[in-house]
Amino acid sequence: MNHVIILPILLPLFSGAALLLLSSMTSQSKRYFSALTTLLLVPLSAWLVNTAAHDEIVTYTLGNWPAPFGILLVLDRLSAIMVLITSVLASAAMMYACQGDDARGPNFHALFQFQVAGLNGAFLTGDLFNLYVFFEILLIASYALLLHGGGKERTSAGLHYILLNLLGSSLFLVAVGVLYGLLGTLNMAHLSVRIAQVGPDDAPLIAAAGLLLLLVFALKAALLPLYFWLPKAYAGATAPVAALFAVMTKVGVYSILRIYALLFGPDAGLLAHLAQPLLWPLALLTLALGSIGALAARQLQELVSYLVLVSVGLLLAGISLGRIESVSACLYYLINTTWITGGLFLLSDIIARQRGETEARLEKGPVLRQPMLLGSLFFVGAVSMAGLPPFSGFFGKLLILKSAPLTEARWLWPVLLISSLGLVIALSRAGSTVFWRTCEDKAVQAKANGWCLLAVAVLMSASVVLVVVAKPLTLYLDQAAQQIMSPTAYARAVLQEGS
Amino acid sequence: MELLFAITLGVLTASGVYLMLRGRTFPVVLGMTLVTYAVNLFLFAMGRLSTGGAPIIGQSQMYADPLPQALVLTAIVISFAMTAFVLVLSIRAVCELGNDHVDGEGQ
Repeated sequence: MNHVIILPILLPLFSGAALLLLSSMTSQSKRYFSALTTLLLVPLSAWLVNTAAHDEIVTYTLGNWPAPFGILLVLDRLSAIMVLITSVLASAAMMYACQGDDARGPNFHALFQFQVAGLNGAFLTGDLFNLYVFFEILLIASYALLLHGGGKERTSAGLHYILLNLLGSSLFLVAVGVLYGLLGTLNMAHLSVRIAQVGPDDAPLIAAAGLLLLLVFALKAALLPLYFWLPKAYAGATAPVAALFAVMTKVGVYSILRIYALLFGPDAGLLAHLAQPLLWPLALLTLALGSIGALAARQLQELVSYLVLVSVGLLLAGISLGRIESVSACLYYLINTTWITGGLFLLSDIIARQRGETEARLEKGPVLRQPMLLGSLFFVGAVSMAGLPPFSGFFGKLLILKSAPLTEARWLWPVLLISSLGLVIALSRAGSTVFWRTCEDKAVQAKANGWCLLAVAVLMSASVVLVVVAKPLTLYLDQAAQQIMSPTAYARAVLQEGS
Repeated sequence: MELLFAITLGVLTASGVYLMLRGRTFPVVLGMTLVTYAVNLFLFAMGRLSTGGAPIIGQSQMYADPLPQALVLTAIVISFAMTAFVLVLSIRAVCELGNDHVDGEGQ
């Protein structure tokens, strides 16, 4: 058994606990400790990606209980790449937070580590109830992180976010209960085998449970009727927290992809393609409304929040096409959008600090202290998010467009292209307002911190790096998509290895 | 027993949902608590309702499924922690926003 698989969960979990226990440590040593742990996750997850690329699906049975009975972790290409995305994003956010944002409230580092542990756990687990537990871990850490820094805006946004997610958790439990009551298992691979054999008597109840799960994941991913909490919460959060939250909606996207490919995929008998008819129109609407929201945004962080929504809409639209090429294209776009939106959240904070009283509001303000540097970073991020060549956002969107079959393309192409046009307008307006519509007011004299700029640059460089490594990456993602879309192979690998 | 159990769950959920739709934080938190009670009971019932069954095969005529009990235990711990957190947050919201409306605006 390969023990490295559980390290991305244990490492942040233990270091978070240690940070709580050793609360008498100086804030400087806490920073070093926490940053070191987060940075360690990057080579670790790169190693996991490498392992997943070589081997077939690797499982880790906790306590050595054989597969359908015990809890187990499953490492396939998808979960490995998700863990890598999280680690890189978390490292950049941590680098930024260590420049002073962490001192704005107590226990930032411990909460940050718990959040990372929850995220990695949710990506790696192969058990439905365990997924619920990791969701709760990442949620309770995110509740506290969202309130980090205090203030009226955060409290009010946090209240909505927390109450909605608590209701979501209750519904998750109901769905888990129904599935267990009817099928007698919670292991995802085992569930997929059992669901394929379900008779017409139980099918409606299982469909209800499946759609309840869709509701829960759609709330996390911020799909159309359930996204109204997102702009306020994300725009209100402290910059490094907002950057880390860029991957939170992707947890919802990941869960939808995993559950509806594995449990309710094409082989699921009576319940095949359960979510597609709902997911497709809602995802397109989210895509359209997200870009309208971006056009109406009055603040830089709010604009970036709507960019998150647009990307969720596009990802779920691509996933609901249900083809291997489109899932692979979505994964490519997912890496790009997570890192770039994370970087844009950090960059908006730097820009806001240099604009004095005007902050991040999209109106006439003082000249920035470093307009060239910040302007170029913003330009790279904006071009990549809007999906213009030569950066990776363009290739991501192009791959998704190409993968759509003719009947769906008739809907996807116009919606995606018009919403991209909306993003171009929104981003160029925001950019020209912030950098060019300036008044004579004195700029803030302090330059941006070098580490903060480095954190932004690391995330923004994704838009170039992803283009450079596009060939091996798409090859890897193609195989990942193939792996996800063949649930029988997944079930065979998981259930045999454990026994 | 099933009927009584189902009615209890229904009443709990209905009152919980009604309270959650109120505009002030305290009823909302109460409603949330009722819903989590209902969910925990529901989860428990998924191991089928039986009395006098040991959770070990062969110990008694009927055996009780131990897994839902373990799940419920986890769910109770989590929902208890969440409720405590929401209560603290609502008190903080009252202090910071000056009223107990969920939107932070008094009517």
